[in-house]
Amino acid sequence: MDADRISRSADRFVTISDPIVAGIERGWIVHDASKLDRDLHVEADVAIVGTGAGGGVAAEILSMAGLRIVMIEEGPLQSSTDFHMLEREAYPNLYQESAARKTKDKAITILQGRTVGGSTTVNWTSSFRTPPATLAFWRDRYGLTEYSPELLAPWFERMERRLDITPWQVVPNENNAILQRGASGLGIPTAVVSRNVKGCANLGYCGMGCPINAKQSMLVTTIPAALDRGAVLVHHARAERFSLQRDEISGLVCSALDARDQTTLPYAITVSAKAYVAAAGAIGTPALLLRSRLPDPQRRLGARTFLHPVVLSAAAMPKAVDAFAGAPQSIYSDHFLYANRIDGPAGYKLEVPPVHPLLMAVTMPGFGVGGAQLIGELRRLQVILALMRDGFHDDSQGGTVELKRDSAPVLDYPITDYLWEGMRRAFLTMAEIQFAAGAKSVLPVHESAWPYTSWKQARAQIAALPMEILLARVVSAHVMGGCAMGAAGRDSVVDGNGRHHLVDNLYVFDGSVFPTSLGTNPQLSIYAIAARMATRLAQTLGRTTRPPKV
Amino acid sequence: MRPFTRGEFIQTGLAGITLLALAGCMRSNTYAGSPFDDNGYRYRVLSGGDRELIAAVAGAMLAGVLPSEPIAYRAALVQAVRGVDVAVSGLPPGVVDEVRQLFGLLEFPPTRGFAAGVWSSWTNASGSQVASFLLRWRFSGVTLFRSGYQALHQLVMAAWYGGPASWTRIGYPGPPIVS
Repeated sequence: MDADRISRSADRFVTISDPIVAGIERGWIVHDASKLDRDLHVEADVAIVGTGAGGGVAAEILSMAGLRIVMIEEGPLQSSTDFHMLEREAYPNLYQESAARKTKDKAITILQGRTVGGSTTVNWTSSFRTPPATLAFWRDRYGLTEYSPELLAPWFERMERRLDITPWQVVPNENNAILQRGASGLGIPTAVVSRNVKGCANLGYCGMGCPINAKQSMLVTTIPAALDRGAVLVHHARAERFSLQRDEISGLVCSALDARDQTTLPYAITVSAKAYVAAAGAIGTPALLLRSRLPDPQRRLGARTFLHPVVLSAAAMPKAVDAFAGAPQSIYSDHFLYANRIDGPAGYKLEVPPVHPLLMAVTMPGFGVGGAQLIGELRRLQVILALMRDGFHDDSQGGTVELKRDSAPVLDYPITDYLWEGMRRAFLTMAEIQFAAGAKSVLPVHESAWPYTSWKQARAQIAALPMEILLARVVSAHVMGGCAMGAAGRDSVVDGNGRHHLVDNLYVFDGSVFPTSLGTNPQLSIYAIAARMATRLAQTLGRTTRPPKV
Repeated sequence: MRPFTRGEFIQTGLAGITLLALAGCMRSNTYAGSPFDDNGYRYRVLSGGDRELIAAVAGAMLAGVLPSEPIAYRAALVQAVRGVDVAVSGLPPGVVDEVRQLFGLLEFPPTRGFAAGVWSSWTNASGSQVASFLLRWRFSGVTLFRSGYQALHQLVMAAWYGGPASWTRIGYPGPPIVS
């Protein structure tokens, strides 16, 4: 691979039509705050902070209802023209902290989007409805009586139609097929992932931004629809704080950010609206509310933030797997989520991650010749991940979003013995599946492990691994909670419609409203719940809504 | 993949470095004592001292990966150090400050000696001394040191494996051509 071929391949993208470039040519109102040369004031009916799964859906529904919308986004406006399938470009440009955001003790690496479209621009497209067992827990413990599979079904259906969410019909790539084969050999059921794609070319680079606009992210669906109806987008703008007057938000103050180093530029951006929607994700939203010093008598704000902490297992297969190519996630197993009660020992969902060189090299343990040999086998690497369902047990209370001295957020997430016990079981499960699928060796991604050559050896050694932070590699791509919804203000921040318990015109429409983790990839849950909440907000503001154009 | 024993896998960082240090005297000779200088690129974040630290750490972390021929080795190391500069400069200001604190701890001679066990300058440290330091921090009982090791690992690996120069060895074909 030489630089010449990359630049030639990048040139080819020019031929793919870019809906963002086209929209701007049509006259969308888009402000790049990094290029401001004076202060900016915007007035709207509804101000939405964040353009990910929650903010994107809210922007479309509220603008369809005839409301004037302004969207505030901290990240850049990048689109298919900019998406070159290169990790070294995508991670710094499109992710929080260059895809290396850490929890407070540095034990967990968090993948979270930071661009127009939020994480939906860079996620792997896996779409699942909220598990019924999770909803039952929310009804029982948080009084969320309207959160039943039946009452939410129309909202799921609506978003599935809107975003072309259907079970993946193409043969899974070898990385996923190995999960399917290995599990099947052990009698563990697997199923096919549903994906939000239209005209997908099975490239495998969803995590770097879809270069052909096949992924039906917020970037190419709801946000263009809102902009076509006159919504305003301000990007490279970080919402700093709401101003509170009596029981109402009277305005929003934002910073303009330098496009390169994210330092603050000397121009003020202010927003006035009738209603304000926080949809900055489950770290950004609690941080914004904390900076705004909103009333929080029970100290619920930022608390119980969940991550679905993930552990990984890497297998060397006898033949090429090429796990960098093809739809990243097409097969999963929920078997170990439901082996115990939801509030029993930690359950986990099994999926696979795509295997690209940079992300794999930073994730795999070791260095020098040993590390070089592992990465040298990139084409034959097969990797399984187990995401732990957190938040359903007394010993799994999640983490707490705090503000650092510079008022940037950090998540303090202690990994409890309860989770470590589940992670050790997950290491065993993944290794057994990989050997059942014919792996030559299996390496639990842990500094004290080495590639085990038999299931017997793996079983004995995994039982003895020290389950400690910064030895076991723990990652997360799903941040949830921190502004929990609930019927009572005692244990929640907002009500079941996303409305703040104590501030009249403030709403939260994103994954931070989940009172627990989900036990599954969150995008579809956020889409559906935000659609329901936004529709009710439009009614509150005296507007009726009609379904979005499909 | 050839099976490893535990000792081999955990210790390969160290053993590999020792072997390479023996086998590659010529390289160490060309390198030892010559401060890391790279005038062909304007560094955004890394100071001269940071570059020497990162060059030493990258040389050990990427042992067995970087080319063995001295001129190519030197060029690859320069690419890795520049890559770390790019990686750090893309981080938000608060995180850059944390990285600077780590580098400061490792560059101030007394703390470099006591915390890292490296008593010579990074430029003069042998490959095996650097690898010993990395292993010590990787498995330290002090989580702060383990997180320091992980930060260095992440920076160097991201800097190297983000670029096409690293892809041939690992068989990665690069992104597909989309038509």
